[in-house]
Amino acid sequence: MQTPALPPQGATVRARRWRRVRRFVALPLAALALSGCTLPSFGAYPGATSGSKSVFHLWQWFSVGAVVIGGFVCLLILYAVLRYRRKGDNIPKQSQYHIPLELTYTIVPILIVFGLFAATLVVENKETSNPPTKVTINVNAFQWGWKFTYPGTNAFVYGQTTQEPEMVMPVGENVHFNLTSSDVLHGFYVKAFNFSRYALPGVRNEFTFYAENTGTYFGQCTQLCGLYHALMWFRVKVVTQSQYAAWLKTFNNPADEAAAKAAAKTTYEQTSAIVPAKGSTTKFGR
Amino acid sequence: MTDLLDPPVQLPPADEVVHGHDHDEHHGPTGILKWLTPTDHKIIGLSYTVTSVIMLIIGGIFAEIIRAQLATPNGTLVSLAQYNELFTMHGSVMIYLFAGPFAFGALANIMVPIQIGAPDMAYPRLNALSYWLYLTGAITMLSGFFTAGGAANFGWVAYAPLSNSVNTPGTGADLWIGGLLLTGFSAIFTGVNLCATIFYLRAPGMTMFRMPIFTWNMLVTAILILLAFPVLTAGLIMLYCDRHFGTHIFSVQGGGVPVLWQHIFWFWGHPEVYILALPFFGMATEILAVFSRKPVFGYKGMVFATLTIAALSLGVWAHHMFTTGVVLLPFFSIMSLLIAVPTGIKIFNWIGTMWRGEIWFSTAMLMAIGFVVTFLIGGLTGIYLASPPLDFFTHDTYFVVAHFHSVVMALVLAAMGGLYYWGPKITGYMLNERIGKLQFWFLFIGTQVFTFPQYALGLDGMPRRIAVYPHDPQWKWLNDWSTFGAILIGISTIFFIVNVAVSWKKYPAGDNPWDAQTLEWFTTSPPPHHNFYRLPPIRSERPTWDYNHPEHRSVAHGAEHAVVHESEPAS
Repeated sequence: MQTPALPPQGATVRARRWRRVRRFVALPLAALALSGCTLPSFGAYPGATSGSKSVFHLWQWFSVGAVVIGGFVCLLILYAVLRYRRKGDNIPKQSQYHIPLELTYTIVPILIVFGLFAATLVVENKETSNPPTKVTINVNAFQWGWKFTYPGTNAFVYGQTTQEPEMVMPVGENVHFNLTSSDVLHGFYVKAFNFSRYALPGVRNEFTFYAENTGTYFGQCTQLCGLYHALMWFRVKVVTQSQYAAWLKTFNNPADEAAAKAAAKTTYEQTSAIVPAKGSTTKFGR
Repeated sequence: MTDLLDPPVQLPPADEVVHGHDHDEHHGPTGILKWLTPTDHKIIGLSYTVTSVIMLIIGGIFAEIIRAQLATPNGTLVSLAQYNELFTMHGSVMIYLFAGPFAFGALANIMVPIQIGAPDMAYPRLNALSYWLYLTGAITMLSGFFTAGGAANFGWVAYAPLSNSVNTPGTGADLWIGGLLLTGFSAIFTGVNLCATIFYLRAPGMTMFRMPIFTWNMLVTAILILLAFPVLTAGLIMLYCDRHFGTHIFSVQGGGVPVLWQHIFWFWGHPEVYILALPFFGMATEILAVFSRKPVFGYKGMVFATLTIAALSLGVWAHHMFTTGVVLLPFFSIMSLLIAVPTGIKIFNWIGTMWRGEIWFSTAMLMAIGFVVTFLIGGLTGIYLASPPLDFFTHDTYFVVAHFHSVVMALVLAAMGGLYYWGPKITGYMLNERIGKLQFWFLFIGTQVFTFPQYALGLDGMPRRIAVYPHDPQWKWLNDWSTFGAILIGISTIFFIVNVAVSWKKYPAGDNPWDAQTLEWFTTSPPPHHNFYRLPPIRSERPTWDYNHPEHRSVAHGAEHAVVHESEPAS
């Protein structure tokens, strides 16, 4: 047993401890808060639409919280594990309760949770709002491909599995999407837009994208939908508004008009559920 | 074997001896009949343990095949159809046939009666029925692989309408439903049994707030089972009727609602997450306290945190459905976020238990610390998923896969800790500590190497449940790391099997090898037929500790005296 050194006066210890806290915790935190826009990406994609940018910032702030809290808890665990190794046959003080401490780690997390919830609400309301738009695109998912129709025009894009369709949409404009499914559940997911939504049979899901940059982005079905789920691809081509108008005009011929009519017809009828017959049919008491 | 840490054994006062005077000799069936006709909770629990560990190994083999397939962008180890069967059965085996039955069938079945000083479960024959339903359910579900169409292939969540008879016509799907119904009833019966046992068979002095945390968690788990599993059972019957009897509950063309299946499934499925987690929280809590030589820090806070988690878990099911576009996002978001609070309390209590303790790094303790760290990672990433906008872009990607694998691998760490901690009590023999520590490091490091690349893959847009990714070959290196992690986990399992073989009846354990605290360590290893020859006075939640270390009672912060006084009347 070694005699512990005489501890310094309480006030001095507390002052010194506080100085240390300020140096190692408060300063980096303040620096981080001031440089808000240069936060690391924490692995996520900044996003190519206005909505996806807000989601990205939300992601960054959630990540700051996760790193700070997670790091703090990991340090506590590490300290306990290193400091309190068993060294002999001592029985430590059997302390079981510390009400002020327990209350602290109950109340502080509640406050953090409500902060996270408030930030969530702001971004969520922005992302799920559907402002009035001039451009509408109907997206229909089926096993195992996608069909994009443009109401009021003859344009439509269709493709399945690795012959993926390329949807065209204008940049700098709110574009409204109606998402349906003809058969089972599918997931409409565009990574660059930081967004996914289920395509549900019998339901029309609506959302709005405001693309900020032109470019071609990859999209893929994310909800298991059967055999070729892994290959149910599509692309999103964001073009300038004049390019978009020109692209729509290329469909102004009788053949495309007939095809577009046929395509539009199925799109609306299948929301009232026509499931293509395949495999065995339902039989009583099989 | 006398434990050197123990004081000389003193007989308790005569009025404390409640069981066992006429059970010194028990003449039950022996040989194969002992295993076919038991009603003793310890024998049934051992059957559960062996069966569920076999299920863990089967599910693990599926996982290794899945990871091998994903090691290259155009993997050809299995076909697309086989891949769908494999991940469906991997999830089903791990969730339905390993994690749940291992927690409440194996360890709770054996430990809860002993922890509360009961001679057996309240309904021993119902207990036996539970096991046989579970075994037949497991065999039924797995037998899908031997049918012409293969096993079920619609994911472990069986989303309608993919799971109807048009899209999945095979017999494997029906066997999946049947197997799940059987194991579901097995769980319900175990839940009934645990509730009755804990409410009615506690020994004199064992008040509710003197029950060990593991028993508390099992009580809450049992209540959750009774609330959630009947809903799943009803849903499965509806699904079967849709498939075979011409009903249209989940199909649009008959006026049904496909999303209804998701509501039913997740109303069971989210409480199920805590049905799986709470028992392992309990195990880790006990282990951390024993090997820190301290009482559970914030015992009552721990109990209330468990109750809060259970209550909240019944109101969060639709956070699995944020991207359906048909649920109220803010409600389910705040309910889900709030679960972080009681879970955080638990984590801080676990650290508080270790704080200023005397930590003995046995294999069980290492597993429990590994559990806390891994669960912390899984919990923090879960907070992202409770926020709908963040869920929109991570839903159904590998980020979600990584999140719940962090959580369930944490539970596997705790489960292994439970086996190393309670194994000596159940069998009377210790496992080899050196092999155990090797197993821990492979399992712990393997888990992190396995999940971290998956978080990155999910953020880079890799959807789950895809067998090939020819469009994005840049995902290969991360997938390779994840596969490497899976191999490390596989090796850790081999270490475990080797350890059981090497240590077979080699190191006798003695009654209380860990200087533990709760009642099960007061009886012999293995316990006699009706568990106890005598009982110590029960004056706190750790009667064995109080008996062995009467001068070291629990104290509250700032208090002069012990939390529970010697003079306090016993209930």
